[in-house]
Amino acid sequence: MIAEVFNLYVTRWDFFAQLILQHLQLSFIAIGLAALIGIFFGIVISQHAKLAFPVLGVTNFIYTIPSIAMLGFLVPATGIGDMTAVIALTVYGLLPMVRNTHTGIKGISPAIIEAGKGMGSTKSQLLYKIKLPLAMPVILAGARNMIVMTIALCGIASFVGAGGLGVAIYRGITTNNMAMTVAGSLLIAALALIADLVAGIFEKKLYRKINGKGTAK
Amino acid sequence: MNQDTVIAFDKVQKIYEGKYALKDFSFEIRKGAFLTVVGGSGGGKTTMLKMINGLLMPDSGRVTVNGMDTAHTDLIALRRGIGYVIQGGALFPHLNVRENIEYVPRLEKNRLSEERIRELMGMVALPMDMLARNVSELSGGQQQRVGIARALAAQPEIILMDEPFGALDGITRKQLQDEILEIHRQTGVTIVFVTHDLREAVRLGTWILIMNEGEIVQQGTPQDVRDNPNGDYAERLLEQLDCN
Repeated sequence: MIAEVFNLYVTRWDFFAQLILQHLQLSFIAIGLAALIGIFFGIVISQHAKLAFPVLGVTNFIYTIPSIAMLGFLVPATGIGDMTAVIALTVYGLLPMVRNTHTGIKGISPAIIEAGKGMGSTKSQLLYKIKLPLAMPVILAGARNMIVMTIALCGIASFVGAGGLGVAIYRGITTNNMAMTVAGSLLIAALALIADLVAGIFEKKLYRKINGKGTAK
Repeated sequence: MNQDTVIAFDKVQKIYEGKYALKDFSFEIRKGAFLTVVGGSGGGKTTMLKMINGLLMPDSGRVTVNGMDTAHTDLIALRRGIGYVIQGGALFPHLNVRENIEYVPRLEKNRLSEERIRELMGMVALPMDMLARNVSELSGGQQQRVGIARALAAQPEIILMDEPFGALDGITRKQLQDEILEIHRQTGVTIVFVTHDLREAVRLGTWILIMNEGEIVQQGTPQDVRDNPNGDYAERLLEQLDCN
């Protein structure tokens, strides 16, 4: 089996390379969108406490919809193809981003926020100079989660006619070619692990910058 | 209003959950004074302090700073002209010592000159090589010193201090008290200093205000207050002085 999979990689490398490229493209677009929209809503609900419950409730609810069902709901509205896949992935990525941004900002000591306010920071200075940098480790932890999840989940994009490594898996299933399915799955796992590693290094670097050279508290 | 009054409270009331934090509170602070405000928890000391930089607003009455009513003034500009020091320093953990000290100037896109930084570090007795250090690596006393330097950075006319030395050990506390007295003498800045420790209040203040349940119990020079305690509360508070 391992030999078969390896053989596939060697003989069909151009096919897999293309799928990897598509997979990364779809994932990164969704990751970028989820991060932007998620952080934005996270900030909004941390400034307006009344919105926190409904926004978190909705994103929580969406998160619980099974991914296959989500794609089923989206297809009539946005058709088949990359767009539907990106929308589904983005929507799933929102919860960790919104929740961690909110938690990160709410976790800052009130004394520090009051010191910032009392020294004459405007609302936006308070956000950009104090709240966001201090919440960044928690936001990044959420982002790391979301990145791995999105790359893994992107495997189902092929079910709505989008590209990516899901194509190999789907083809393997429909043609009863186990090696093909395994080959696609392995590559998805590898991509997710590498992304997690890179994000982890980045996270550690930023954490050091914020909390000094000392070890984590 | 007196000519050299910088801060004035005029019949200020503030109610929290049905209880008075400040009750019909009228008081004036002279330019260059070192006012210490002393009293138990919930006595209204911090409420009074936070009204000066507009972190709290009165329910009724007026607070004026440099003749301007805090209810009708640009609070951002007001706060940038008032130094603010709170317990534990409340330094910004993601900024190093220099960035913390420069916080207020940087809000207006300014930097401090090297000389000014040197002067500030000298005032709070910190070595220059500490500037690049991360604040989480400093001791409690050092953090509080950085907090004071940060408050002095923009050359404020008023400094508000809310139990700044409350969490420090006795020796460090005494050193910092001496330093703040020296800073007051050198700069002539008006200081409003809230503490629950009467000994600290007597030691530092040129004028003492004793508060209880949102009202003024007594005020005067340290000598006045010590010699003529007014009523039970002041007497009980003064007993602190005789202990050890």
